[in-house]
Amino acid sequence: MLAYIWLIPLFPLLAFLANGFFGRKFIKHNAHAVSIVAILGSALFSTVAFIAVVRGATLHHNVYTWVFAGEFQASIGFQVDALTATMLMIVSIVATCVHIYSIGYMHGDDSYYRYFTYLSLFCFSMYMLVLANNYLMLYVFWEGVGLCSYLLIGFWFTNPAPPAAGKKAFLANRVGDFGFGLGVMMIFATLGTLDYSTVMANVPLISTSTATLITLLLFLGATGKSAQIPLYVWLPDAGEGPTPCSALIHAATMVTAGLYMIARSSALFNAAPFTLTLIATIGAMTALMAASIALVMKDIKKVLMYSTISQLGYMFLGLGSGNYTSGIFHLMTHAFFKALLFLGAGSVIHGMSGERNMFVMGGLKKHMPTTWWTMFAACVAIAGIPPFSGFWSKDEILASAFKSGNYIPWAMGCIAAFMTAFYMFRLLFLTFYGESRVDEHHMHHLHESPATMTRPMIFLAILALISGGVGISWPLENGFIHKFLGSVLANQHHGSLPVTLEFGLMGFSVLIAVAGILVAYLMYIKKSVSPEKVAGAMGPFYKLALNKYYVDEVYNFIFIRGLVLGGGKFLWDFDAIVLDGIVNGIRHLTIFIGNFSWNFDIWIVDGIVNGVREVILFVSYLSALVDGNIVDGLVNAVADGIGYLGKGYRKVQTGFVQNYMLIMALGFFVIIGAYFVIL
Amino acid sequence: MLGTSNVLGFPILSTIASIPLLGALFIMFFIKKEDEELIRRASLATSILTFFASLILVFKFLRGTPDFQFVEKLTWIKSLGVSYFVGIDGMSLLLIILATVITFIGILSSWTAITQRVKEYYIFMLLLEVGMLGVFISLDVFLFYVFWEIMLVPMYFLIGIWGGERRLYAAIKFFLYTLCGSVLMLLGILTIYYQAGAQLGHYTFNMLEWYTVSIPQNTQWWVFLAFFVGFAVKVPMFPFHTWLPDAHVQAPTAGSVILAGVLLKMGTYGFARISMPLLPWATVKFVPFMVVLAIIGIIYGSLVAMVQKDMKKLVAYSSVAHLGFVMLGLYALNAQGITGGILQMINHGISTSGLFLCVGIIYERRHTRMISEFGGLSKQMPVFAVFYAIMTMSSLGLPGLNGFIGEFLILVGAFKANWMYAAWATTGIILGAGYLLWLFQRVMFGPLDNPKNEKLPDLSVREIFVMLPLVVWAFWIGLYPKPFIEILEPSVNHLVERINPPPQNVFRVGGVNMNAGTVYSVNAGSGHWSTGHGGGHGATSGGHGAEAGSSAVEHGAETTVPHGGGSHGGSH
Repeated sequence: MLAYIWLIPLFPLLAFLANGFFGRKFIKHNAHAVSIVAILGSALFSTVAFIAVVRGATLHHNVYTWVFAGEFQASIGFQVDALTATMLMIVSIVATCVHIYSIGYMHGDDSYYRYFTYLSLFCFSMYMLVLANNYLMLYVFWEGVGLCSYLLIGFWFTNPAPPAAGKKAFLANRVGDFGFGLGVMMIFATLGTLDYSTVMANVPLISTSTATLITLLLFLGATGKSAQIPLYVWLPDAGEGPTPCSALIHAATMVTAGLYMIARSSALFNAAPFTLTLIATIGAMTALMAASIALVMKDIKKVLMYSTISQLGYMFLGLGSGNYTSGIFHLMTHAFFKALLFLGAGSVIHGMSGERNMFVMGGLKKHMPTTWWTMFAACVAIAGIPPFSGFWSKDEILASAFKSGNYIPWAMGCIAAFMTAFYMFRLLFLTFYGESRVDEHHMHHLHESPATMTRPMIFLAILALISGGVGISWPLENGFIHKFLGSVLANQHHGSLPVTLEFGLMGFSVLIAVAGILVAYLMYIKKSVSPEKVAGAMGPFYKLALNKYYVDEVYNFIFIRGLVLGGGKFLWDFDAIVLDGIVNGIRHLTIFIGNFSWNFDIWIVDGIVNGVREVILFVSYLSALVDGNIVDGLVNAVADGIGYLGKGYRKVQTGFVQNYMLIMALGFFVIIGAYFVIL
Repeated sequence: MLGTSNVLGFPILSTIASIPLLGALFIMFFIKKEDEELIRRASLATSILTFFASLILVFKFLRGTPDFQFVEKLTWIKSLGVSYFVGIDGMSLLLIILATVITFIGILSSWTAITQRVKEYYIFMLLLEVGMLGVFISLDVFLFYVFWEIMLVPMYFLIGIWGGERRLYAAIKFFLYTLCGSVLMLLGILTIYYQAGAQLGHYTFNMLEWYTVSIPQNTQWWVFLAFFVGFAVKVPMFPFHTWLPDAHVQAPTAGSVILAGVLLKMGTYGFARISMPLLPWATVKFVPFMVVLAIIGIIYGSLVAMVQKDMKKLVAYSSVAHLGFVMLGLYALNAQGITGGILQMINHGISTSGLFLCVGIIYERRHTRMISEFGGLSKQMPVFAVFYAIMTMSSLGLPGLNGFIGEFLILVGAFKANWMYAAWATTGIILGAGYLLWLFQRVMFGPLDNPKNEKLPDLSVREIFVMLPLVVWAFWIGLYPKPFIEILEPSVNHLVERINPPPQNVFRVGGVNMNAGTVYSVNAGSGHWSTGHGGGHGATSGGHGAEAGSSAVEHGAETTVPHGGGSHGGSH
């Protein structure tokens, strides 16, 4: 029944290839046609699939085995159920609007084709992300949408800021992926599979500690992709990209991937109550912190970026409270009104020739009426004014937080709700109302955007106003979306509150929203309260918020400059000094030993040899001397003596026997005499 | 003992290895040195011919067996037991293809870069190919050692003659480092030679016979260290890596490409082919040592790459990190890790060669590699930007491209061995994205503010053809790695069985279990999850055969093996 599902990602993929290969030379300024035909095709089949799923169809289909080794394997495969179908619809609607809007917004850009190439690649990746049937494939397209985000943020790469922002986004997401990747590995190591349905079916086998560790790792991934504390820092900078892509990627679709992943793993997260509490807390903290920064931003896109972070925080609060449906519900309403806000801001920026500072705008209402009223619709939706969409979804999140016992996160959410209403209407008032602060130059070009831009905004404005309807019901939390998603999301049921309390909470949140709007009105329209005075009264808090709590600076100092670059420099020196030092040391030692040996040879060995030679020579000399004088002398002396004696004795040799006899007798007496003398 | 076969009945491996040799001889004797164009064409033709000849192996290679194929055996020095014994398994097959592709690319990329002593250059390139192929096909350790040493010589001259300013320093450093390693390796080889000879009753250098010998633990310990130094220098592993940046920076582009693409794999190949199967006891014993060095290599290489000012040095240090991943995978000692490790050898060959080519392309135009000299090149060179971006993404492990498959399998394997290994190594993935994207940003993005870069021509057709094979290969492995994994699978499983490491994976539900020690039954009727991975091998080849349409539950069941389903070491 859903056999055509592969067509949905295929169309944008083909558009990507066509524009990528032929865009620069051939398609050029018709690139939008290719991409729009593709996204319309995808939207059509998404709708068909959605209807089929509403009627009860599901799909689980492996296309091919992608990676395997030993007992590990992961497939490329599709899964379609209520959650997928909901995401498909959100992506298709916002993407179609953004595509059409981009015709006007990107008109005349040098790299028109490149923009639509990236946009189609993004749509392909996003569809694949929500259609995946296993964690590895989710991870793959999780990175895929990250790549597109990187490319689109850095789209105007000839300025230094956009590529730097793109890199920052990629790296912050990589830090998150560190957790997500390890989480995926741990799922495999624990259950031996990465297939969603098998994992969810086997959750009961996992101990709480294992489940907690897995979910914490996955949640780290979600904080990267969905811009939560501590990894939200990339999203404000992401506004460097073209505004329509901010609407699509950084408001409606990609940044919700983290939420989608957690909702997809709801059974697993239910097994880890600690993680859920942490998610609720982090979500509420992010909602509050980002909202407080949005209060003081001057750049219209920065306000919206921080607003997105804050709203994503609400969604996490909903998930962390165990009401996954409320998170996805808010994801949907937010997709419409926040995409609209970005498109509206883009329209303003377009009209203002690129100016983003709201303090040099003002009074644009009469110049840009359609932009004004559509943004107004979005503002009432996000501020939580009933009966518009944001009210229903945000209120359900706050009620879930309250019901699940997360009272402090609930209170933080309420404060953030006040801030939300304030900063949105501050944006609206500063931009569209009051005296015009636009200078001559910009005033000259100021115009309402073309129909290609305003029509998608009108369409989204209608959705922003009415889309809450899918969640309205009595009794509460029993609307279409609850029934639809309830079949796949493992919502926790914390019982229901007394009706009076239920309505009390609802009334309270309306009150908060109205109060926020009122304060904005007093400060920026009535001007009865001076913003400067309020800022002065807030003192250091104002300064902190204005400087975004110095988080960028701290991260930069500790991680980038300190650990990474400092560490790199240190290790490089280590390489050069220690390791090469050892190698060179060995070389020098060798040379030294060589020299030493040489010297040893010359001085000692040769010395000894020479010495021995000298000694021998000396001895020889001596010998010669001795030979010549002493030995020879002695010899000669003996010889001479003998000769001399001989001469003397010759005379004795007379030949007469009597003489001999006499001598013998003399000798005899001498010996006898000596004998007696000595003894 | 592993079986051997030669389905072709024809000395195909010798033929492949001798084509570049004949080409070199032909150029040497029949082409005058003034005929530079002809020399280039002849060597290119030789490398293409070698590549196509090596493709025959791919088509005729029998999948599903760890046996050595296309075997040739001739007695060489009978008295010493040396023979000319060649043959390949899956791992060598992939590396052979890598070597023939990279040589082709190296030769084509040198076309305009090398203008001095052209004849000698191409002769050395072809001789280098002979040496590389020789190493990968040798099944006789003596022969292996001969090729291992022969390979050094042309590389030494490539760096020493056609290198940069400090080429002699680099060449000598390279030579001394690897020579020192080789000497220790030779000592290890001789030890095993005598040990094996005593046990077998005859002295031989036949690697397959050596595999059947069980070496005493004491000897294994020492021989492991000897091999370790020999191979670790080549990989290079921390702390033996400092020759690499110098060699890369000084080498001509094609030299770097071949050095990074193939020569560094010699070390990891040595570990996987010789050290691990011969010394299984020591391998298991030294796992913490090896893994710690591998992880240090990953983080160290990445951090140092981060602060480089010279593009080539940056890429060189990134190699240290990538090879750290390969070593981590091999020493995870399980099917995922080793498959990933071998695959990552190929992937590194693709992506790092690609990055060196990109650096070379810029260098040829500007004669500088300093990052600060560049900026905003994307505007001027859009086609180059696309290729360079793809290689960057491939190198940083973006899913859909080759690097991811290798890294992910390595990390899965490491996680199974010890989750701390994976956690530490994963930081390398963050850092990898950091230095590569930062480099890309500084070179390609921003304003084109250096007037010297304003007239840079985009890629020529030849340069596109240099890059194209790598890009195609990168996407192929990234999107459909099955053919590559299939080639490796039997060899990897055989290796894991040989080493037979102690049971891993404390997280697994059932069996060795961190929870309660209860044995759970997942999916009724399919038995328990296997604890070690020894049991998994028999069934996995069937497991991934089932593709489309299998429901999740069936899918899970197929990967599930009852205890005792596989017998450790049964095939020996």
